[in-house]
Amino acid sequence: MKIIVNGETHDVAVAPDMPLLWVLRDELKLTGTKYGCGIAQCGACTVHIDGVAVRSCQMPIGDLEGEVTTIEGLGQPETLHAVQEAWIKHQVAQCGYCQSGQIMAAASFLDTNPDPNDEDIDRAMSANLCRCGTYPRIREAVKTAASSLRGA
Amino acid sequence: MGALKTIARRTFLIGSAAIAGGVAFGIYKVKQDPANPLLETAKSGEAVFNPWVMIDGERITLITPHTDLGQGAESMQAALIAEELDLDFGQFETSVGVPAAAYWNTAMAGDAAPFKSTDDSFTAETTRSVMGGVFKLIGMQGTGGSSSVPDSFDKLRMAGAVARETLKAAVAKNWDVPVGELKTAEGTVILPDGTALKYTEVAALAAEIEPVEDVALRDPSEWRLIGSQMRRLDIVGKSTGALKYGIDLDIEGMVHATVKVNPRQGGVMNAYDASDAEKMFGVIKVLPVTNGVAVVAENTWYAFQAVDAISFDWGAAPYPAEQADHWLAVADSFTGERLDKVWREDGDPDAALSGDVVEAEYRAPYLAHAPLEPLNAVVKVTEEGVDIWVSHQIPRIAQQQVAAITGHETEQVKLHGQYAGGSFGHRLEFDNVRLAAEIANQMRGTPVKLTYSREEDFAHDYPRQISMARGRGAVKDGKVEAYDLSIASVSSSASQIGRIGMSMPGPDAQIPAGAWNLPYAVPNFRVSAYRVPELAPTSSWRSVGASSAGFFADCLLDELIHVAGADPLEERLRLCTHDLARKALEAVGEMSVWGGDLGPDRGRGVAFVNSFGVPCAEVVEVTNTPDGIKIDKVFVAAEVGTVVDPIAFDNQVKGGVVWALGHAMNCELTYADGIAEQSNYHAFEAMRMYQCPQIEVRGLENGDSVRGVGEPPVPPAAAALANAIFAATGKRLREMPFNKHIDFV
Repeated sequence: MKIIVNGETHDVAVAPDMPLLWVLRDELKLTGTKYGCGIAQCGACTVHIDGVAVRSCQMPIGDLEGEVTTIEGLGQPETLHAVQEAWIKHQVAQCGYCQSGQIMAAASFLDTNPDPNDEDIDRAMSANLCRCGTYPRIREAVKTAASSLRGA
Repeated sequence: MGALKTIARRTFLIGSAAIAGGVAFGIYKVKQDPANPLLETAKSGEAVFNPWVMIDGERITLITPHTDLGQGAESMQAALIAEELDLDFGQFETSVGVPAAAYWNTAMAGDAAPFKSTDDSFTAETTRSVMGGVFKLIGMQGTGGSSSVPDSFDKLRMAGAVARETLKAAVAKNWDVPVGELKTAEGTVILPDGTALKYTEVAALAAEIEPVEDVALRDPSEWRLIGSQMRRLDIVGKSTGALKYGIDLDIEGMVHATVKVNPRQGGVMNAYDASDAEKMFGVIKVLPVTNGVAVVAENTWYAFQAVDAISFDWGAAPYPAEQADHWLAVADSFTGERLDKVWREDGDPDAALSGDVVEAEYRAPYLAHAPLEPLNAVVKVTEEGVDIWVSHQIPRIAQQQVAAITGHETEQVKLHGQYAGGSFGHRLEFDNVRLAAEIANQMRGTPVKLTYSREEDFAHDYPRQISMARGRGAVKDGKVEAYDLSIASVSSSASQIGRIGMSMPGPDAQIPAGAWNLPYAVPNFRVSAYRVPELAPTSSWRSVGASSAGFFADCLLDELIHVAGADPLEERLRLCTHDLARKALEAVGEMSVWGGDLGPDRGRGVAFVNSFGVPCAEVVEVTNTPDGIKIDKVFVAAEVGTVVDPIAFDNQVKGGVVWALGHAMNCELTYADGIAEQSNYHAFEAMRMYQCPQIEVRGLENGDSVRGVGEPPVPPAAAALANAIFAATGKRLREMPFNKHIDFV
């Protein structure tokens, strides 16, 4: 099977029902995408498929259509995406394990709603679980990122 | 700064007469400096000043042995050393070092001693010191009990100061300059003519002289880093997916494994049939482990799939199979036979409670830790030794446990500490490390990564203690006159220590934690603890005993204040006898504009608990909407002496509030047929973003002792929420989770 991840084409030889999450983590060694629950409850595995946020734990590799972007493809330390910049500015992360998924969810959300109010942000981000309780900082970081993306 | 001198001179003047048993030996051992764990690996040219600083010709490495579980321990430890060593962020690397006895934790042992953390008496301090010695003997390099800051604050600054002065002394000797004319800044020693010598250039010279140990710490007015807004060292890695957690490791030649162990905790495996699983694609082998089976595969997902295809015959649970019987056992423990200790008795509670009495019963359920990174460990076993890659809160004991499995000496077991995706007490346990070692020991030479499925992680969580309280009280002339709280709980401390083959003498100080040290002068006041026999095995859950006892204690007081017709905050302040507690209560009163009109259908509640030495007051505001309770705002004032890292402080306090409120709203772990019924986050929701209130935090610095804040904001939050809901609705919530009795929006 050929898949495109972060602009690169990979040939993977795995069972077609293997979720994209495990192809990314164990086959392509792209471990920025996290395993948290395996049942689409936590959002730690969120990636983009053609720019739209998707739970990679629920996406059988055989059914994949479109190009995948992971947190590594969104921005590297030297080439940060505006959402990552905002996450760093507000020092959102505690343990940080959910934050790849939070950032991918926020980036996709801001693509569709560039000027969200608090309620929009809460609604969009509530599917992503953070056990450390970084929600107040996530709210602020999403606002900062939105403003920065609108200005760009 | 008396404690500082004792650390600097390594003369721990502890009260030997007060403690029996191994302490005499302990004192002898304690007086010996623990072997420097870095010396054995130090190469020629490296100056090893002490176990916390390494400088060679190329780099400066600061050792940060307290495990970073997300609380920011790595940055905090580095900042304390860098403060005195005159280093800026960016000029050093960090390493968790080699787990070793030198990294023993005095502060954690201090809180285990049965003295109120508000008690600064000689006896209390002495006993804490002796406990420090006991923990030192077993090499307890622990992370937990909100102890990383208090344990590190003096020691690490001293480490930095000793390093700095030794570098200066080496330069003074070699350049023939009086040491008093040397300065240090930005990783350099500066000669009188302005020449800046990098620490890395003079490190080898410093190795040739005796360390300068008689050093003074800087006055707080000179601090550059402590108390300032620092960017935590891991923030870019955690915002780009670049940071590797234990679960992300990829060791050359590694195979992937998962396990299924009898979900009835501690129950045996009678039989299993893996004939289907063994034939599945990607499966390498199926191996027996203690009370269960491991599947080793080419990929984690293949292992998950295969383990689900195995059929098992599990033995019975060594505890009641059904939840109702757990509650029954707790309720039946309010007896003289089960009395663990009467922790406090002021006045004459029995006489004061002979008339009209207010009575209430409270409950706090089992709770899972469920950090988002499931348990995992990589282990490689060879004839020569064992390597473990894992995040653990007590790495020394993990090494001992693995050595016992593989037959190596503990010294042959190397533990490479990893970043953790949360813990909350979860990574104090050893099952994942032991099971990974059992698998790897059957595949010597091959590194094995064990990853728990989320379901396995829930099934084998050692939850928070289950507990109940019965409160009685009386009021007179608008004042609280009598307060009598009896708490019955299993002992999570005894359960936890029992699993590593140790016993806990004496009563469990965690059962009444946060309750018996209420800073109130109610004329007749009693707190009693009853020890429930072990039921399901339990463990430390963020804020431990105070998470339940603090809730019971403050809620009972709130009920009595209401019956007395007094104002909840004013009556607490009237009764308060502890200056730091009073200031915390006053601060949240001011922050929340207590007494101001909230408008219709709204209510506010206040609560105060002192846990881990931190007086912490909180006010919660709620609205009673037609669809349920909405938590609007939370105000927190926490007294920690010195706020070392303001951003980490703010994050920890807000996180603690979210943690406490989320679990109080809607979480419990219950057993049916001996198995935890909640297997994933759909059944254990806690707080989501849409429910997260605005949280305003104030760090108070009125006290002398520097404290950590990972846990203290947790206990008051549930009580303040229950008190606020009462104010808004007239309904008392005495059982967590509250959604059994009221809806939340």
